[in-house]
Amino acid sequence: MIKPAEVSGSLDVYAIREQFPILNREVKGYPLVYFDNAATTQKPKEVIDALVSYYTTYNANIHRGIHTLAEEATAAYEATRNTVQQFINAASREEIIFTRGTTESINLVAYTWGRQNIQEGDEIIISGMEHHSNIVPWQIVCEEKKAVLKVVPVNDEGELLMDAFDKLLSSRTKLVSVMYVSNAMGTVNPVRDIIQKAHKAGALVLVDGAQAMAHLEVDVQELDCDFLAFSAHKLYGPTGVGVLYGKKHLLQDMPVFQGGGEMIKEVTFEKTTYNDLPYKYEAGTPNIADTIAFKAAIEFVTRIGRKNMHRHEQGLVEYATRKLETIPGLRIIGRAKEKISVISFVIDKAHPQDLGILLDNRGIAVRTGHHCCEPLMNRFGIPGTTRASFAVYNTMEEVDALITGLQKAIKLLS
Amino acid sequence: MKTEKTIAAIEEEIVDEFSLFDSWDDKYEYIIDLGKKLPPLEEEHKKDENRVRGCQSTVWLVADYKDGKVHFRADSDSVIVKGLISMLIRVLSGHAPDEIINAKLEFIHRIGMTTHLAQTRSNGLLAMVKQMKNYALAFKVKNSLSI
Repeated sequence: MIKPAEVSGSLDVYAIREQFPILNREVKGYPLVYFDNAATTQKPKEVIDALVSYYTTYNANIHRGIHTLAEEATAAYEATRNTVQQFINAASREEIIFTRGTTESINLVAYTWGRQNIQEGDEIIISGMEHHSNIVPWQIVCEEKKAVLKVVPVNDEGELLMDAFDKLLSSRTKLVSVMYVSNAMGTVNPVRDIIQKAHKAGALVLVDGAQAMAHLEVDVQELDCDFLAFSAHKLYGPTGVGVLYGKKHLLQDMPVFQGGGEMIKEVTFEKTTYNDLPYKYEAGTPNIADTIAFKAAIEFVTRIGRKNMHRHEQGLVEYATRKLETIPGLRIIGRAKEKISVISFVIDKAHPQDLGILLDNRGIAVRTGHHCCEPLMNRFGIPGTTRASFAVYNTMEEVDALITGLQKAIKLLS
Repeated sequence: MKTEKTIAAIEEEIVDEFSLFDSWDDKYEYIIDLGKKLPPLEEEHKKDENRVRGCQSTVWLVADYKDGKVHFRADSDSVIVKGLISMLIRVLSGHAPDEIINAKLEFIHRIGMTTHLAQTRSNGLLAMVKQMKNYALAFKVKNSLSI
């Protein structure tokens, strides 16, 4: 097992960059500056190698095959489950369900636990900064069950108003579903506090960890969340793999999600009995290759250590914030005291899309638009922002390139 | 009058103009300039029924039909999109419905602006082209029914 790096250990960003082949490429004649990490991170060579190795040496369908390739593939697939279990310190490997991503993980809970447990008049609390994937599934459940969706408001700094949350919590609250870290602003929400309070009120808590896992150490037992959803591809892993962690007794009692192969014990035309955890929720042939390669991504992250990554990224956020503040007409959206890895901003008389296009002409990848958070953008009265989001391989020089690119873009646009 | 030129001829003119630029910066500087020069649409026209919605930017499009020709006016909150619109208006406005419906608009690809028509951008330009052709079709049908 790989031990997490020491906190005191410093981080050699240039050595890390060498592990990411894509960082060598040019875009429109400029070296790529990739600041769209909150959308998806780039992949280290060991993740790419794991994919290639699977397809070139042991590609097979898992769990039922008796032959050598099937055994090797099954072992590798299940090894990732163990690695994920350790990564989030889950009590049991059966609590780790593989999905397509965070969105599917949240939908799984909505369609199974939600449909079984939400009744007319019940309340579900989400926050005003949620991604659409943590809004829409609950709207669907609420509509179907005549339940009520309550929203914790956000202040001007981009933080949750916890007083308002306290007031929203009641005996009618059945679930609180909140993001750990905001994809649009980088705000770190006080999920620990939220979980304690929700539990006191008798409600369960789902934590959307999509933006947290690559930056913060998350221990589900210590946090005591009931569900945790996250994606591999925002964590240096492949696309198409996600995790739903759920407390075992909840997962056992929930009805099945999708029916098909793998999730069954016995099928007759009269009756089907379902498989045990975690397979009960993994119908059909899963995304074997990407799940196997996900292990390499977690090992990469664990080897460097999230405390080291966080410290490096925090340096970038602080440096970039200082530099951006010198640009006339620029306003940073989201100035939470607890904030990581993301800077969102608007500039007077410069449409985010125009900024995005002009930065791309200089090889700089940022995200522009509403970041799948339209209610949050409405809260700030803006159609969207330009967002730079950082990863462990980003450098101060790249921040300088962003600032130069922005200055040139503003000059062209004004 | 621009109506004397065919759509294809105007497209050719734009391709020639763009051949003078050798960097992306120069191309976009020119497009931004076109965007700034396009007269803004009166506020009264910036209503939902004239809105062509993209994912990130908004386009408003108004069409009139006079003496057998379709005339377009448009605006956008993105100056780059506005510049691209300006070129589309230059190419399509003042032509007969049939010419507009059959316009190939290959100049967009030839000047390297294909990305703006790609799904990923979803910035309303593709929707805008469709909407312009829809207007032309509507005027044609209206005309043939002599309404």
